[in-house]
Amino acid sequence: MAPDGTAGAAPAVARVAEAAAPSGRAGRLLREGGRQAAAVAISLFGLLAITFFIGRLLPLDPVVAIIGDDAPQSTYDMVFKELGLDRPLWEQFALYVAKVAQGDFGNALNTSNRVADDLRRVFPATVELATVALIISLLLGIPFGVIAAVHRGKLIDHLVRVLGLIGYSAPTFWLGLMGLVVFYAMLGWVGGPGRVGIAYIDLIEPRTGLLLIDSLLENEPEMFWSAVEHIILPASILGYASTAYIARMTRSFMLEQLSQEYVITARVKGLSRARVVWRHAFPNIMVQLVTVIALAYAFLLEGAVLTETVFAWPGFGRYLTLGLLSGDMNVVLACTLLVGLTFIVLNLISDVLYRLLDPRTR
Amino acid sequence: MSDIAARGGVRTWLLAESVTSPAQARAQKFYLGWRRFASNPLALIGLGIVVVLILMAIFAPLLATHDPYAQSLDRRLLAPSAAHWLGTDELGRDIFSRIIYGSRITLMIVLLVALIAAPLGLLIGTVAGYVGGWTDVALMRTTDVFLSFPGLILALAFVAALGSGLENAIIAIALTAWPPIARLARAETLTVRRADYIAAVRLAGASPLRIIIRHVMPICIPSVIIRITLNMAGIILTAAGLGFLGLGAQPPSPEWGAMLSTGRQYMLGSWWLAAMPGLAILIVSLGFNLLGDALRDVLDPRG
Repeated sequence: MAPDGTAGAAPAVARVAEAAAPSGRAGRLLREGGRQAAAVAISLFGLLAITFFIGRLLPLDPVVAIIGDDAPQSTYDMVFKELGLDRPLWEQFALYVAKVAQGDFGNALNTSNRVADDLRRVFPATVELATVALIISLLLGIPFGVIAAVHRGKLIDHLVRVLGLIGYSAPTFWLGLMGLVVFYAMLGWVGGPGRVGIAYIDLIEPRTGLLLIDSLLENEPEMFWSAVEHIILPASILGYASTAYIARMTRSFMLEQLSQEYVITARVKGLSRARVVWRHAFPNIMVQLVTVIALAYAFLLEGAVLTETVFAWPGFGRYLTLGLLSGDMNVVLACTLLVGLTFIVLNLISDVLYRLLDPRTR
Repeated sequence: MSDIAARGGVRTWLLAESVTSPAQARAQKFYLGWRRFASNPLALIGLGIVVVLILMAIFAPLLATHDPYAQSLDRRLLAPSAAHWLGTDELGRDIFSRIIYGSRITLMIVLLVALIAAPLGLLIGTVAGYVGGWTDVALMRTTDVFLSFPGLILALAFVAALGSGLENAIIAIALTAWPPIARLARAETLTVRRADYIAAVRLAGASPLRIIIRHVMPICIPSVIIRITLNMAGIILTAAGLGFLGLGAQPPSPEWGAMLSTGRQYMLGSWWLAAMPGLAILIVSLGFNLLGDALRDVLDPRG
């Protein structure tokens, strides 16, 4: 996807909050909190409505999916009633919402486990992958963005821009495949598909579900290194696009700051350029970066669907793909809901952080 | 036109300080924009890639060296050579020719998505902006809900419900591509809604529908076109992703994502099966990104 900063709900939520008229600090906070809650509630409702609607679109007859083609009409009618399909649409929707609220997404066809249990098992793997990818993007994206802004129009600026555009344009699944061919098959620098070497699979009981942390908690350094070896390539490739995004946004925020008068004043006073850039200008863009980072993390979760398929990474993306290929709507809808919910929560977090960090919004 | 000759050539006419006709003003604006665009080498590369893609799609039968569907099992998995520039695949089909024909599918996906998503977004955005009130709130809230979803996941869910295949993939992508356009069209509508010319048409008795279609929509169209160009790289990547997961175009279609997906099984022995279509996707999506980026620079000086 081409993230460009305008997509995503963060600006929308922020705008709603801006509209609140200031009249007394406590009252304003209360009103803003109320608006925030209303915005989240509407997003949640929309999320449920869309997934419910998609579930209804299904050309398959859900009753036949359960009892098969040969069942007698009486069985059909019974199951039809049991599923609540004879009730009015709004009642079915209410039923659906109630089930979702209890975390009941039905059973998965592939594993015949409850979908909720499966998700609890696979989601940490995705979180681990996306988090490492985010750390890589921050470590690379922010310095490169700042350097590009400082050297605007110079070779390094163009280089960062072109590398960034390639990051937006390259299909992650293709980069993943090529990465496996070069770094795993040809050079042998990294581990292959999966989260750890075969010898370590199921060696320890999951505590957090994050192998990098669990292996250290259990004092298994060899397993930890195996996990590092396996995560580094998928995380780098997954993080490429978000590195490009973060670098680009950092550059444009930085350019805005560098043209301000306080920067010129500081330079005139005789401070070094590095000091002005990192101690004066940079802290001012951190607030804006928070929103960008939350959005980048959300897109990492999305990119994980394809990356996980390439690297046989046992996370939620691969689980979703397997569900899609076997036409398992329970899995598809649960995963869609999970991602939508994560997006809403990330937007909320970035909004709250923005408010806490930016003195002007107090 | 005699006017132009009198002033000493087209260039002078295009750069004249005082304009004498709306046509000249428009031509000047276009010319200056083009000069800014053309002064950026990356923009020209992007434009070049997109033009090559279009020519490739139109002249595919002339450019292809082999039949893209012709199998010959004695020539399977051949490395790139003079006879097969990009090698052959697992059924002995020429990869170069398949990529050439695949450009037609890529272009068709992009155009169809644009043709569905742009009018849909335009309609929703202009109606929300012009009518205002609760209609606006309801339509924009719906748009926000769609916007807060990651496009690929939503497209996956739609394809899961509709069934896999190229047509359904196109519909699914279009259903996820309209919200940014609606948002943009609404913003544009709000700026012209109180303009005098709108009030004049309303006084003349035009219905709201007529005002929206005849007088508001045309204003929004240029920015909608730029927006959709900016989104085309994303559309291509999503379509390729669906093809890669086996949910988009189905074999034996030479769709690039689907080719990559089959090539994956032969990756370690015959890297070119997966590498070539992926490279094609990368180049085309890079072209659209460069083009969109440059268009934004020219038309929106703030960015």
